[in-house]
Amino acid sequence: MKKLLLATIMSATFLAAAPVQAEDYVIDTDGAHAFVQFKVSHLGYSWLLGRFNDFEGTFSYDEANPSAAKVNVTIDVASLDSNHAERDKHLRSADFFNVGKYPQAKFESTSYTANGDGTGVLKGNFTLHGTTKPISIDVTEIGAGQDPWGGFRRGFEGAVTITPADFGMDYDLGPASETVEIYLSIEGIRK
Amino acid sequence: MLKNSKRSYGWVAIIMHWLTAMMVFALFGLGYWMLTLGYYDAWYRLGPWWHKSFGMTLLLLTIVRLIWKLTQPRPTAIGKTFEQVGAKLGHALIYALLFITMISGYLISTADGRGISVFDWFEVPALITSIPQQEDIAGQVHWYAALSLVIIAIGHGLAGLRHHFIHKDETLKRMLRPLKD
Repeated sequence: MKKLLLATIMSATFLAAAPVQAEDYVIDTDGAHAFVQFKVSHLGYSWLLGRFNDFEGTFSYDEANPSAAKVNVTIDVASLDSNHAERDKHLRSADFFNVGKYPQAKFESTSYTANGDGTGVLKGNFTLHGTTKPISIDVTEIGAGQDPWGGFRRGFEGAVTITPADFGMDYDLGPASETVEIYLSIEGIRK
Repeated sequence: MLKNSKRSYGWVAIIMHWLTAMMVFALFGLGYWMLTLGYYDAWYRLGPWWHKSFGMTLLLLTIVRLIWKLTQPRPTAIGKTFEQVGAKLGHALIYALLFITMISGYLISTADGRGISVFDWFEVPALITSIPQQEDIAGQVHWYAALSLVIIAIGHGLAGLRHHFIHKDETLKRMLRPLKD
């Protein structure tokens, strides 16, 4: 009995201390610990904030080899929410996202470069409004570890500024509103 | 003269009818035009404000008008049986499309719980906010119902002119001013 207990403690210790190998994570959209927000200037006087409520994605991340990290995210564009039904309807229309024709936006990573200080640059192809362009997301590694319910979680945040006109969305909101910052807060649960 | 008779409509029905006609076409034109405006146009915010204010006014007017219609004598229908049946169906369809258009419009703007301001005078509160994709579905319904309404209203007007110029009967005249019994 003593032996068994010792073995259990040892293996538990070993497991906890073991370097984390290439791991696959599912982005925790079920528990809504992940957010895709956008921020655009209103006339140059203030910020308008909105988010996409429905998206899903996965990533893999190996602490020993961060450059092998991969991320895939698919966004249901119609789920956009700027807290104003009339504006959301307008944003979904052909003046902007044209969700009837382009219901999905996608990000597929092509490379990740860790800076060694907990930040990095995630490059990939972003498809929006039927147009695919390479983008570079500035990433901060937030943390990782056991959660209180027996799982293992890892989280990042990222930001990228895009120009909607580059994706064919050229409705004129004024000179201060030509770019949009996308902010991502992503938590993954290890599979 | 205010009330309907067997022969003719009274002033109350006549005025409500022509107010409705003017508002339907004005609202359709305004609604169509305001969607073409750019963000920096002065009317970008004014257009929807007038559209919603008059839309809610027309909704109230239509409710009053329907109550009036149902409690008043109905002027005797003119024309052959198929014309009378056609006219009755057409009128019912116009009333139905009026309500569908205005209620769907109301459901767009109130989908997030915001009320609709009527001339900044009072606010019509939001009642239904939980239909999935409410503003988008209501928007589609609003457009097709409004388009159908305008087309049928034009047909309704042409039918009135046909009565007046071809059949030379009193159908149009009794909607212009009350005729004495």
